[in-house]
Amino acid sequence: MSERSFDIIEVRAGVEADNDRHAALVRERMDREGVYLINLMASPGAGKTTVLCRIIDALSDRFSIGVMEADMDADVDARKVLGHGVKAVQLHTGTSCHMDAKMTMKGLDAFDNPLPDVVILENVGNLVCPAEFDVGSDMRLMILSVPEGDDKPLKYPLMFTVSDWLLVNKIDTAPVFDFDFTRLENNIRPLNPDMEIFPVSAKTGEGMDAFTEKLADRIAAVLAEKRGRTV
Amino acid sequence: MHELGIVEHVIRTLHDVAEENNVRRIGSVTLEVGEVSGVVMDLLTDCWNWFREKDDLVKGAELLTETIEAVTVCTACDKTYRTVDHGKTCPHCGSKETYLLRGNEFSIKQIEAELFDDPEDGEPETE
Repeated sequence: MSERSFDIIEVRAGVEADNDRHAALVRERMDREGVYLINLMASPGAGKTTVLCRIIDALSDRFSIGVMEADMDADVDARKVLGHGVKAVQLHTGTSCHMDAKMTMKGLDAFDNPLPDVVILENVGNLVCPAEFDVGSDMRLMILSVPEGDDKPLKYPLMFTVSDWLLVNKIDTAPVFDFDFTRLENNIRPLNPDMEIFPVSAKTGEGMDAFTEKLADRIAAVLAEKRGRTV
Repeated sequence: MHELGIVEHVIRTLHDVAEENNVRRIGSVTLEVGEVSGVVMDLLTDCWNWFREKDDLVKGAELLTETIEAVTVCTACDKTYRTVDHGKTCPHCGSKETYLLRGNEFSIKQIEAELFDDPEDGEPETE
């Protein structure tokens, strides 16, 4: 054939395969280097940064902590977190509404070696897209705040399905809002029977100790396993 | 917004495919999209049309889609039904113990591609 022609090429590639491949690479690296990676997800305004600062304050005597701040633009959160004495990396997702595994790997590269014991990724404030993109984390930690309502699991089922633990934040405002914990739990259980739920107020500190103690134990157990395996 | 991220992933995957197959340029991309994949096709097409002009490999390439009907299976009565009509509740027996059999796919089925005449022009075959 003299004319340039088009050939048909069968691809059969899941689009998420690209992300999943990178997520596996992140996971492999976290295991190899003995690091615990948390993917922190919530709506805008649920209190991600405040919770994060509380976690840092509670855990920093036990673990070295690094934070990756994902925002579409701006570095306000990173500056806030830096005040709590940890290493922070600011990632701009630009046009994208979520962090994917490839960007996460790039974020990890921005830390000095060796990586901190615990890296917390503060994902973009969004309950849809971050749920769909595995970044290779050990834990998906979600925050729901009381003013958002107890019917959120019905509206954003995937986020509640994929997350391991849930912090119900701003419980100090519960009297003002018509928020029912039983209703919340009834909405969550069909999606995620194993989800651990912690009612907290990052502002007053209520419930935070119970949560951070459990988190520290979980991190210590997983790190022991990772490092035990590699040693 | 979500669709823009997906288009980025599609294009990244296409670059891998192009490298493996000695592709110079892509004329069309056919996606298989499940009815309940959560992707908004109009938005996806808009994002595609914007993005394709920024990438030489897919410049001007057409985006085609094949829809996969969503089907749910009921574990109580073993029957299947159309997910978009009845959601999670089995229309045959009323049970909610159901799971999605298919319909959340989102994959690249095939591409129409113009290949490099001379393998020397493109990525050398390394077999």
